[in-house]
Amino acid sequence: MSAAITRAACEDLLYEEAALLDEWRLDEWLALFVEGATYEVPTAGAADNVQSTDTLFYIADDWHRLCQRVERLKKNTAHSEFPRSDGLRLVSNVRLLGEDGRGMLVGSAFVTYRSKNDRTECFMGHHRHHLVLVEGRLRIAAKRSLLDMNSLRAQGRVSIIL
Amino acid sequence: MAGQAVGRGASPWVREDGAQHTFRVARDAFTQDSILSLERENIFDRCWIYVGHESEIPERNDYLTRQVAGRELIFNRDRGGAVHAFLNICPHRGAMVAREKKGNALGFQCFYHGWAFNNNGRFATQIAEGNYPPDFNAQGCANLTEVPRLESHRGFWFVNFDRNACGLIEYLADAAAIIDLVADQSEVGMEIVGGTQEYGVQANWKLLLENSFDGYHAITTHATYFDYLANTAGSMTQPLLLGDNNRSRGVDLGNGHGMVEYPAPWGRPVAQWIKAWGEDAKAEVEAKERRLVELFGPERGHRMARLNRNMVIFPNLVINDIMAITVRTFYPTTPGQLAVNAWTLAPKNEAAEMRRWRLYNFLEFLGPGGFATPDDVEALESCQRAYCNSREAGWNDISKGMMKSSPAADDEAQMRSFWREWDRRLGAGVAP
Repeated sequence: MSAAITRAACEDLLYEEAALLDEWRLDEWLALFVEGATYEVPTAGAADNVQSTDTLFYIADDWHRLCQRVERLKKNTAHSEFPRSDGLRLVSNVRLLGEDGRGMLVGSAFVTYRSKNDRTECFMGHHRHHLVLVEGRLRIAAKRSLLDMNSLRAQGRVSIIL
Repeated sequence: MAGQAVGRGASPWVREDGAQHTFRVARDAFTQDSILSLERENIFDRCWIYVGHESEIPERNDYLTRQVAGRELIFNRDRGGAVHAFLNICPHRGAMVAREKKGNALGFQCFYHGWAFNNNGRFATQIAEGNYPPDFNAQGCANLTEVPRLESHRGFWFVNFDRNACGLIEYLADAAAIIDLVADQSEVGMEIVGGTQEYGVQANWKLLLENSFDGYHAITTHATYFDYLANTAGSMTQPLLLGDNNRSRGVDLGNGHGMVEYPAPWGRPVAQWIKAWGEDAKAEVEAKERRLVELFGPERGHRMARLNRNMVIFPNLVINDIMAITVRTFYPTTPGQLAVNAWTLAPKNEAAEMRRWRLYNFLEFLGPGGFATPDDVEALESCQRAYCNSREAGWNDISKGMMKSSPAADDEAQMRSFWREWDRRLGAGVAP
């Protein structure tokens, strides 16, 4: 399987993912994931190997909750994101970090800007995606966004998807 | 804006009218620098302020550094195991002597000029003779400065910067017994779980305070959270009954502390099982409730298991015993900005599977990425932004439930108890 996964293909997927989130095409974004996928955001500055089963995160979505997160964000009662914020995601420094039981681990660096009510916040960190090939198409089996910051004092919330 | 209050001394900020059943708070109280100065002087410098939980420094020589009430503190255990709170500042020229978030160390050394201190605060540097007089530290001028008062209740440690303040237990009043309802959830003690949520809100600190025990906002602000519960198989046990006077209540706990107590649909690791947790967990949760009843009797045991409590300890400690337990404290940085530190508390001996569900529960509602807290942040910031209108629209209404003899959890009695104490303390600082 690994022979078929190239960095260029992974970059294409990560750029596509960023664009779908920037454009708030959340159903299409969710369709990038395989069923059973997870999405996690540990607390700011956490180590890469921290586990949500014994440590408090900001977000530790299993598949059900990830689907519900998308459902929630599409509603105009998700007040933090309605009216919606504007945002832009930059993804860079993409590296293939090797295969493990969940797929090809792909590392990348990100900067995500969120702008609302005349304030712009910046989230910076690194993603760890597990990518798998399903019928010739790369999809996301797990996404973990690690914030390389020491707190969320300026941002206040992670109501967007990083 | 000097209004005529009825039944209490005239206050420029809080207008309570018992005859008309109205309670109003000036929006300027959320925006003015002069108010924040009074709050620092009369509240944060005089009240008991939460510093940390004993489980955060379990071993001898453990320490952590933390901003508390506008100070930089070290909260630690010395070589003998005694707990201290020091001002994190070198007595020499003022650099911070501890700059890591936490650690285990026999002492602290300032990196600026090298002054060193034992972890009981005593100066421990050999300086060549002739530089300082032999009795230089006779009065302790080279020791770390200890916070004037440090006391604890059931593992929750508090500091007080007023040497003459009353004791912690007297200060906590009826809130002490509510802390006990949390502390008694484990026979081997409770612990702060790893991972701290440190975030900020562009709003006055009192807006978060009100929000933390506000049953009234739940259904509208958190509509998507209740949608989520409805869409999650096996996540609901019963309807939310915040407005049921027989089963829910808002309580004045004395000295400005207050809480709401109510039954709710979500699962509680202690001890309200939901189907989503599976049959194995069911046996465990039911055994937990039986044990609580055995230890504390049916009334208190079932209360601990089944009822939810959102409590504010004046002025800025929140202990919410809901779908998980959150311990949350917050400070004003400016009138329009606050900093929050939030943790979760759990039984020390909790089975791994239950710990997993507890954390899963916490994140479904609470914190910067939860399905509820971000919308609270939005509401608080929306209030703060609109308070620029206070010249023409100057008053918040906190009257809900004033006509009732026993207010429910979706009334505002608990907030009124906060505001009365806030007003009393600020009034005390105003020259006649």
